[in-house]
Amino acid sequence: MYVAVKGGETAIAHSLDLLADKRRGDRGVAEVSLDQIDQQLGLAVDRVMTEGSCYDRALAALAIKQARGDLVEAIFLLRAYRTTLPRFGASEPLDTSRMVAERRISSTFKDVPGGQVLGPTYDYTHRLLDFSLAAAGERPEASTAPCDVTAALPRVGDILEREGMLEPAPAADAAEAQDLTRQPVVFPTTRPVRLQNLARGDEGFLLALGYSTQRGYGNNHPFVGEIRFGAVPVSFVPEELGFAIEIAEIDVTECDMVNQFAGSHDVPPQFTRGYGLAFGHAERKAMAMALVDRALRAEELSEVATSPAQDEEFVLAHSDNVEASGFVQHLKLPHYVDFQSELVVVRALRAEVEARNRQATLCQAAE
Amino acid sequence: MPDIPVQDAAYNYAYLDEQTKRMIRRAILKAVAVPGYQVPFGGREMPLPYGWGTGGIQVTAAIIGRDDTLKVIDQGADDTTNAVSIRRFFARVADVATTTRTEEASVIQTRHRVPETPLKEGQILVFQVPIPEPLRMLEPRETETRTLHALSEYGVMQVSLYESIARHGRIAKTYNYPVMVNERYIMSPSPIPKFDNPKLDRSPALQLYGAGREKRIYAVPPYTPVKSLDFDDHPFEIETWSECCALCGSRESFLDEMIVDDTGKRLFLCSDTDWCQERQGVLPEEPPK
Repeated sequence: MYVAVKGGETAIAHSLDLLADKRRGDRGVAEVSLDQIDQQLGLAVDRVMTEGSCYDRALAALAIKQARGDLVEAIFLLRAYRTTLPRFGASEPLDTSRMVAERRISSTFKDVPGGQVLGPTYDYTHRLLDFSLAAAGERPEASTAPCDVTAALPRVGDILEREGMLEPAPAADAAEAQDLTRQPVVFPTTRPVRLQNLARGDEGFLLALGYSTQRGYGNNHPFVGEIRFGAVPVSFVPEELGFAIEIAEIDVTECDMVNQFAGSHDVPPQFTRGYGLAFGHAERKAMAMALVDRALRAEELSEVATSPAQDEEFVLAHSDNVEASGFVQHLKLPHYVDFQSELVVVRALRAEVEARNRQATLCQAAE
Repeated sequence: MPDIPVQDAAYNYAYLDEQTKRMIRRAILKAVAVPGYQVPFGGREMPLPYGWGTGGIQVTAAIIGRDDTLKVIDQGADDTTNAVSIRRFFARVADVATTTRTEEASVIQTRHRVPETPLKEGQILVFQVPIPEPLRMLEPRETETRTLHALSEYGVMQVSLYESIARHGRIAKTYNYPVMVNERYIMSPSPIPKFDNPKLDRSPALQLYGAGREKRIYAVPPYTPVKSLDFDDHPFEIETWSECCALCGSRESFLDEMIVDDTGKRLFLCSDTDWCQERQGVLPEEPPK
């Protein structure tokens, strides 16, 4: 019977073997390639890059393959790799007005300078299973409108801002950004750190929290000022050069949420902003992030913070799915020593109660 | 069994890069200087899941060297799956000698137990800590608990122990039993059974506590007083068993209960496998790497 707690070593080795076998699946079916994952499961790659905090499509695709499509597990794999990479420094802030936008919409105006560009979106698909996809077959290329990649695309928010109707975006901070994967979060924190946390945060968690604000738990009357998706250049200033050079181009989704604000004793009524940014094409994530960002500004805007989405410690401490998944699942680890301690004390407590009851019965009988 | 992998060339010695190790060592030094105080550190993402010992692993990775001998236990046993997994991790990334013998180990990483064999000077006991904040279940907010520690405002903990006495007639807390370190900070001893608390007091070994998900390190330097909280009329006491170990006959060790058949027949065994084997005079197997 001692075998029950022995043999961990061999059991683990066999389990790893089985896992690799399951991953491959039926050998009669062609093995999926990283290129296929990148190209045909691109939104999964986007999510893994966003929450994995690492913009690398090939690594994200590898993580998805290794995790058999479990995206939270893939995010974990990518994070564990990312953490070993050396840091060269921080890039210059992205300028999303320089985005070559594939999609750009505003719900606050009928039309905006630069136009409403639908781009590739599920928004207007009918969610009917398309059985033609079940069969292999090539599709013709879709036609695209000519696009002036050199023209800057002004942000809708900037137009409102000029009128004073919308609060200005926070001034650029010369201080180096705190990297929360290198320095622990200390509460109360600052908006840049919060945004960093939300950008890495679990999409489902942020979606539910953002949704809760719409249902009255910290409502702040949001409008989509603008959502844009496309490629932006990344610039970096190498120490030895002293000026910025463009080192990459990455796809991002940005959401500028415009929220009602009645004003406070210091500030006249104006619209306020919530901000969301994600790697790749991830509108649900960017919008949820923007809602939660705005909700978390309750204190700064002298609002009464009574709802979960407005509670910084609650939101930031529980948003990370790698942390949450690990801690929830650690309950699978043996806990028999602590449980033994509990058994000992619960038995003792039960014995006391039984003795007391017996005594009471005896006393009653005696009366 | 697949071959034991040699140190992986794709990663730095002991997985973490040297800057990270230096950062962790600084946190450890601060923790040693202020016993029981929780030092925030830039906890890294590890290739093992949060809640499975990432804090302990980072501490071990920061202090381990090729001359060390590592022992890893979970629930007191060297051969439980998570202990095996962590030992394999260090065998792979740190190329370190491992042992199951408590007295041979220079670094012992543990989850949920303190070895029965008394520790010696020069040994380091690394605890894996899930929730470093002893007041967390009484006050969920970090901003609040930090202030409570700063002011030594520990009434809330005493009240919770008192409430336990009022409800159950005794302090019904059985593991993760709070301790006062060096008469200054209340500390979580990690979820070890309270049976192990007395072993922390004035131990000749250095105790390091790592919480990866919560990004905190704290320490109890050798010979530091560690007192389990109690009341004059309800002094601290540890678990006792009326049975003895079925293998070695021990009556002084922590016993695990095993259900051996469908009728619920029980057997009691030492939780500390090394201690039990030593008492039985069994030579340890070649330590699983």
